[in-house]
Amino acid sequence: MMGVHAALHAWAAILFVAVIAVAGEVLIASGMHELGDLDNIRAVHGLGGTIAAVLTNMRFVAGALCMALNFFAMLFALSIAELSLAGPAIAGLTYIGNAVAAKIFLRENVNRRRWIAVTFVTIGVVLLTR
Amino acid sequence: MARWIGWIVKHKLRPSQYAVLLAIMLTASVGDSLLARGMAQVGPVDLHHLGLLFKALLNPYVDIGIVLLIGFFSAYTTALSWADLTFIMPATAFGYVVIALLGKVWLHEQLTWLRWLGIACIVCAVGFVAGGPSRTEHADLDLMDSGVGR
Repeated sequence: MMGVHAALHAWAAILFVAVIAVAGEVLIASGMHELGDLDNIRAVHGLGGTIAAVLTNMRFVAGALCMALNFFAMLFALSIAELSLAGPAIAGLTYIGNAVAAKIFLRENVNRRRWIAVTFVTIGVVLLTR
Repeated sequence: MARWIGWIVKHKLRPSQYAVLLAIMLTASVGDSLLARGMAQVGPVDLHHLGLLFKALLNPYVDIGIVLLIGFFSAYTTALSWADLTFIMPATAFGYVVIALLGKVWLHEQLTWLRWLGIACIVCAVGFVAGGPSRTEHADLDLMDSGVGR
């Protein structure tokens, strides 16, 4: 049985991992939106030019760094929280956080249809990873 | 028929873009499964035996897994260049369904009814999102913000 302190530590680590994951995904999405359709860039500048355009986009680079940090944060979280708790909790929080952040920061039109989908994805992932 | 499909599916994706979404659904889950199988053959890696990570690169399962995960990241970033994050999310979650079904078919793992329910939820989510537009047109939002049409 987990003590209150240990449980708080575990949930703080889970929340941190989810926040970093959301930041990474939103930054990458923002960078890619800024660049526009990669097929169009490839048609003009070729594959090398497309890769260069992606890798020199600062938002994309910041997002990729967040995802790398997320990997190590996940290892840390798994060292203090049980996988059966951390796995579903991080996945669920990340999906909900992504939808909220996409609406606020990316100004995506998260309509009722998408909110229902986010709810179904979160429930589905939690059920599958238990 | 075309009008009926157009009423249900409110986005126009090219065949290559559907292929990118399919790649997102399959590559991460299959890549993770191959990496797990390869690393199980290599054995546990700890701080005192980091050299084992180089040995892991000689394992074909690990190599194919890495290639598939690079493919996933490429497909994911490509999709984000023409679709919303909230449109792509259910496709990434579908990877969990693929892993569960791979476990059932290849490893003969037992799927509990709770997991079948989870699979059903994710399939429904993909269906919900697939029916809507793939990308938010910000010109429309700017028009809404300006109050025109209120």
